[in-house]
Amino acid sequence: MTPPAVDAPTLARAVRRERRRRTAGGLLLVAPLLVFLGLTLLLPIGTLLARAVHDPQVATALPATAQALDAWDRVAPLPDAARVALQRDLLAATDDARIGGVARRLNGDVPGARSLVMGTWRALHHDPAAAGFDPTAPRAAALEAFDARWADPAVWIAIARNAAAFNPDDLLAAVDLRRDAQGGIARVPADESAFGRILARTLGVSAAVTALCLLLGYPLAWWISTLPPQRAALAMIAVLLPFWTSVLVRAAAWVVLLQREGLVNQALIAAGVIAEPLALIFNRTGVVISMTHVLLPFMVLPLLAAMRAVPPTLMRAAVSLGSPPLQAFVRVWMPQTRAGVAAGVLLVFILALGYYVTPALLGGADDQMLSYYVARYANVEIDWGMACALAVVLLAATLVLYTLYRRVARDTVLGA
Amino acid sequence: MIRPVVSSLLLIACAATAHAAPELVIVNFGGANGAAQRKAFYEPFERTSGAKVVAVEYNGEQARVKAMVEARKVTWDVVEVESPDLSRGCDEGLYERVDWSKLGGKAAYLPAAVHDCGVGAFMWSTVMAYDTSRFPGGGPKTWADFWDVKRFPGKRGLRKGARYALEFALLADGVKPADVYKVLATRDGADRAFRRLTELAPHLQWWEAGAQPVQWLVANDVAITSAYNGRIDAARREGRPLAVVWAGSLYDFDYWAVPKGSPNRDLALRYIATAGVPDHQAAFARLMPYGPTVPQAVARIDAETLKHLPSTPANMTDALKFDARFWADQGEVLEKRFAAWAAR
Repeated sequence: MTPPAVDAPTLARAVRRERRRRTAGGLLLVAPLLVFLGLTLLLPIGTLLARAVHDPQVATALPATAQALDAWDRVAPLPDAARVALQRDLLAATDDARIGGVARRLNGDVPGARSLVMGTWRALHHDPAAAGFDPTAPRAAALEAFDARWADPAVWIAIARNAAAFNPDDLLAAVDLRRDAQGGIARVPADESAFGRILARTLGVSAAVTALCLLLGYPLAWWISTLPPQRAALAMIAVLLPFWTSVLVRAAAWVVLLQREGLVNQALIAAGVIAEPLALIFNRTGVVISMTHVLLPFMVLPLLAAMRAVPPTLMRAAVSLGSPPLQAFVRVWMPQTRAGVAAGVLLVFILALGYYVTPALLGGADDQMLSYYVARYANVEIDWGMACALAVVLLAATLVLYTLYRRVARDTVLGA
Repeated sequence: MIRPVVSSLLLIACAATAHAAPELVIVNFGGANGAAQRKAFYEPFERTSGAKVVAVEYNGEQARVKAMVEARKVTWDVVEVESPDLSRGCDEGLYERVDWSKLGGKAAYLPAAVHDCGVGAFMWSTVMAYDTSRFPGGGPKTWADFWDVKRFPGKRGLRKGARYALEFALLADGVKPADVYKVLATRDGADRAFRRLTELAPHLQWWEAGAQPVQWLVANDVAITSAYNGRIDAARREGRPLAVVWAGSLYDFDYWAVPKGSPNRDLALRYIATAGVPDHQAAFARLMPYGPTVPQAVARIDAETLKHLPSTPANMTDALKFDARFWADQGEVLEKRFAAWAAR
């Protein structure tokens, strides 16, 4: 019964062509989305990753010095050629923005390098003779004669290390490591290492907030799911109202409630529960309370969606088959909501990881999360390399946790 | 967060109804200070130049200026900048160099108000402040008293970060104001300051925004705090019984600076010259208790206002000048150490 006009290979070709046409059509339809994702997600993340390890400032501003230092083993006395090359590079750099970037970069390694580099650059450009420099034929000894700090090998090691356009220093610093003079990787001294503990704190606060949200959100979502539609809608508005309020307004409201002579403390003292006001704010307690409040809707919404999908007949069937109601709830009803729990936990935890406004306003000095330092390096210190490196650490930690979570969730939730 | 949005919307609205008068975008720190600037500086400038001033608020974020300058799309013409940011921005080419000949020369200004890239706008101070009703037997007088929680019980407020906190810790430890930065530059000195902070840590509450310490004092959340003197004065004018301790205060200047590549450079410089007119500076000091940067303005300020200015000699005897150069060099390391100290 095969149609005689078409042989098999032709038919196969026609099918393939039709498939390609459809794929192309489909791709064309999603093309705007792909372009949008590429521009708003992949490109910024790519730039972020690149900024964390790529900093060509020293290499482009001090090319001759970089070359002269290439052969130096960082143990032997510094070659005079490097001292001469640095003067030539500084003379050639007429753009102060460029040297300013170098000074900032080096100052991160050697405190004081900023004023050293900028001072030398200014002297070379404004009145070299008065400062003992000879612009036409730089002498090696002139640098140390101008400022004794040039005799410190640490400055030159910092230049040599940063002369590579790609270097891992910011990334290492973001995980409390650094390269020593010989290029080996070492831990930073305890009184300067902060980011490991800050990352642990970020994860800890996020986990605590997620747990609290689940604890409060589960019964709440269950209660709403049992309400008749109109009253459920009213309850949902109550849940969503804080969701529509600005984070700053909510933070201010918590200050009014939780401060030393705030409403909560006054009520507790009036009720005779406590004699002295509790410290509820500008510490971890305040941060966790307010973040839980902000993030609760993100837990309630997926839970509610999952609970509404559970057929109410299941519970009735379980009870009619002889199960006590509580056991039926735990063994029949609750497992049906696992997908909602999984979604809510993931959503709240990942959102909590990025919080910084709430901890900044309601926390103490030791309650700041990693994103606070990302913002600080980006806006205040204007060290975008370091900001990107910390962001990369946060991104990596999130991805690792997400992968682990997916594995656990697949085994327990989807397998159930 | 809302204010910058509103002001940028205003900016767009103004641009939409573009008229012939040239516009000058001036960026300030907002609040009562911004309002005082409008009255004392912007309005006279608008009258004399015919230009229109568009005020934008920011929080000192130099990242905005850096992004503008690097993208060569500078929309801010004059920016109020704090001294460490000015030094750094000047080094990194974010700001135009000042043509002092157009401002009547450097001699008209206080020496500290003269910078390669900026012109002193006013002098402000970080002071110790407390509620007098809380200490009827006399309040704290020195930073050592601030650290003495037995004699003066209650929480303490300090600005979050190493800046200011370390200086005050050394003053409390008995270091003379003149030696503070010399001591802090050494490893031992920094250790000493952090040890002092550790001692007080259980009683400390760290503030982030200038409005917080005043609000905490008024709400009885802290007993003594560091605060900007202008904020305390504003609360005092509202009838709060707040007192300021000038001994051991840390003063500094804010500067006018022009972002590199501003299309209105000349107009910007004319504005800065207007803001340096003694009469205008005296008017500003009456609205906001910050000191003038031109010595001639002092004679035009009444005695009552002078009593509350950080620039008045009686208030400066035991005061300390904030050392922007020190912080430019040591800032990264000490701030990092502060973060580590807070996380311990």
